[in-house]
Amino acid sequence: MEQNIFQIIWFVLWGVLWAVYFMLDGFDFGLGMLLPFIAKNDVDRRIIYNAAGPFWDGNEVWLITAGGATFAAFPKTYAVMFSALYTPLLLILFALILRGVAFEFRAKEESPVWKGIWDLCLVVGSFLPALLFGVAFANFFQGLPIDWQGIMHGNTLSLLNPYGLLGGLLFVVMFIVHGALWLTIKSNGALKRRAKKVAESFWVIEMLLVIIFLVATGFFTDLWVNFFRYKWLLIIPALALLGFVAIPGFLAYGSYWKAWFSSALAILMTTAFGVAGLFPRLIPSSLNPDWSLTIYNSSSSPLTLKIMTAVALIFVPIVILYQLWTYKTFSEKVKPEFLETEEAY
Amino acid sequence: MLDVVLLSRLQFAVASLFHFLFVPLTLGLSILTAIFETLYVKTGDEDYLRAAKFWGKLFLINFALGVVTGITLEFQFGTNWSKYSMYVGDIFGSLLAIEATLAFFLESTFIAVWHFGWNRLSPKLHALSIWLVAIASNISALWILLANGWMQHPVGYTIRNGRAELTSFLEVVTNPFGWMEFIHTVSGAYILAGFFVLGISAWHLRRKREVTFFKKCFKVAAVWTLIFALFEVFNGHLHGSEVAKAQPTKLAAMESLWETKQGAPMYLLVIPDEEHERNKLELFPIPGMLSLLAYHDPGATVKGLKEWPEEERPPVALTFWSFRLMVGLGFLFAALSLWVFWKRNNPEESPWLLRILPWVIPLPYLACELGWMVAEVGRQPWIVYGLMKTSKAVSPIAPAQVGISLLAFILVYTLLGLVDFYLLFKFARKGPGAKKTLAAPSSINA
Repeated sequence: MEQNIFQIIWFVLWGVLWAVYFMLDGFDFGLGMLLPFIAKNDVDRRIIYNAAGPFWDGNEVWLITAGGATFAAFPKTYAVMFSALYTPLLLILFALILRGVAFEFRAKEESPVWKGIWDLCLVVGSFLPALLFGVAFANFFQGLPIDWQGIMHGNTLSLLNPYGLLGGLLFVVMFIVHGALWLTIKSNGALKRRAKKVAESFWVIEMLLVIIFLVATGFFTDLWVNFFRYKWLLIIPALALLGFVAIPGFLAYGSYWKAWFSSALAILMTTAFGVAGLFPRLIPSSLNPDWSLTIYNSSSSPLTLKIMTAVALIFVPIVILYQLWTYKTFSEKVKPEFLETEEAY
Repeated sequence: MLDVVLLSRLQFAVASLFHFLFVPLTLGLSILTAIFETLYVKTGDEDYLRAAKFWGKLFLINFALGVVTGITLEFQFGTNWSKYSMYVGDIFGSLLAIEATLAFFLESTFIAVWHFGWNRLSPKLHALSIWLVAIASNISALWILLANGWMQHPVGYTIRNGRAELTSFLEVVTNPFGWMEFIHTVSGAYILAGFFVLGISAWHLRRKREVTFFKKCFKVAAVWTLIFALFEVFNGHLHGSEVAKAQPTKLAAMESLWETKQGAPMYLLVIPDEEHERNKLELFPIPGMLSLLAYHDPGATVKGLKEWPEEERPPVALTFWSFRLMVGLGFLFAALSLWVFWKRNNPEESPWLLRILPWVIPLPYLACELGWMVAEVGRQPWIVYGLMKTSKAVSPIAPAQVGISLLAFILVYTLLGLVDFYLLFKFARKGPGAKKTLAAPSSINA
């Protein structure tokens, strides 16, 4: 019984870490994907880079912590999740490497070829993770073809099934809207107007995809079962929908922060929807339900879970506090004058 | 035919050796940058502000690759070593997760605060942010090395439910092997950063550029390097005794000792002959020295490699040569640091020293990599010493998958490494900016 509580705590934390990661790095990915379409000149491009400048690195640590927490709390899930998704995961990692160095290296040389190369790295390095995380999570939602030993039967291409691709597409569009909204906060003038337009038009696609996704989830997965069993869980998809629906309203009134927060809520709750639907499974087996990895058969020992709970309860709030402080410290718009300083990307 | 085990080992070797090209400079230069900025806050001397900016810029170029290559290491335990992850995740995974929560967040968040905060924070707060980065990156190293220390010398666990389960967290975090590794590794990193600053300063001093500025940098780095170069010899010895206690096969391979000996001598010149289980050459013995170093007793018995069946011995030649070369470099650094310290006030009057120092920069890099070779190759055939064989730890994946990703790693890392070192060279040669163009932290002007 006692162990059950810690297993449940860690299941929730597992979901929270991934959700926060998508909410934060999501806007970085969105900015990266928008770069070639929304920037008209180098100043625009640099504003986009610097809109993510002080944040992307701290955001990415949520991924490392989500991975680390999976390893610590559910080692078997960690082992199966990452070895079964070997190729997509390595693609994500390479993409993230290129994205990270693009931020740091781009402004270090004046040549347009040099800048063009890093711009390409940023675009690819933002698009691939957005797409592949979506594909991966949609595949978790519908179950992976894993046997009782956790060995995957099927290859990388089998992940690109209709529901998996739908998940990927949803993530890409969600992050594009999220990034465009962030840009409305961080920029001025024509760039801001273009960002607003992108956010508005992609929002329509986003809404469409959300509805298709919620319906398709009923056909391809059994996620909804939990929601009908525990009706109060329906608050999660309700909040997600509320977040999505509120975006254009806030945009119309020029409340850009509120529009971004709505989008953040929507991303958090969309992830939470999938995770809550999985409970108590982390990765369902599509071959046999008994082979699914659950919080009961893949968790760490009670002692490790207890220690990790203490660590998380003490340090995660501290992390949230100082990250909030940095968001506040760097909440200003990226002004063209700032680009003159040598610390600008 | 290459199998998954070998390919995965090669891939992990590439990924970790490459990652460790950037980590030591991060560990040491963060502290040196923090020292420079603190000196500025204390004295108001603008040269120290320029020093913080100049070395900080090199730090950032280096840091970027350190971060992005670290992520792949964490995930490789899952992608390539899934059986290992299942078997020991209860202990090993928690150490990695604690590292991320405690240290990595702090480091990554405050490096951005430092980078972008010149005009937004007070000088003290700004200096604090680089100290937080320095402290966090060193705490990060501690947890990673406690995790590695556990693979070297597993403690505080029991085998239950078909895996290693934690029984004492205290034993794991006080594992003397992990702490010795930590002390030895960070001291090596500090030496590397010291010679980095000395080498670049010497390069400029020899060309009479920014002489006052680089003399100040040189002096700080001279004291710093002396401390850690001497300390490294001492703690290296202690670390060696820890290895002798915990990993007798590694010690035997480090010394290429085949036969068990009482009062084992140390040969100054040895050429191992792995195939015939002997040494081709053993010259200049110091009687009882190996026993003395390993067990603090010249008459102690040191076990030779033949005590163990062949399949339980690590690759001898690689371990031996890596160790010898690392130790030789360590003594070279100690000697050089004495010379540097002696000339710290007027390095511009020692043209030979200035000429040599830039060429010394790559050597601590080599020593750090060799140290990891000894630690990881010398632990073989075990992934967790005495508990789990490396061959049993690998993921159930196809060799082709690993082969392709290994090639991708080599390609991408080589290109990025070249770009990174090119940029380091470029900005190191450029020197600090002219005084007037620099923005000081905000409230100095206010």
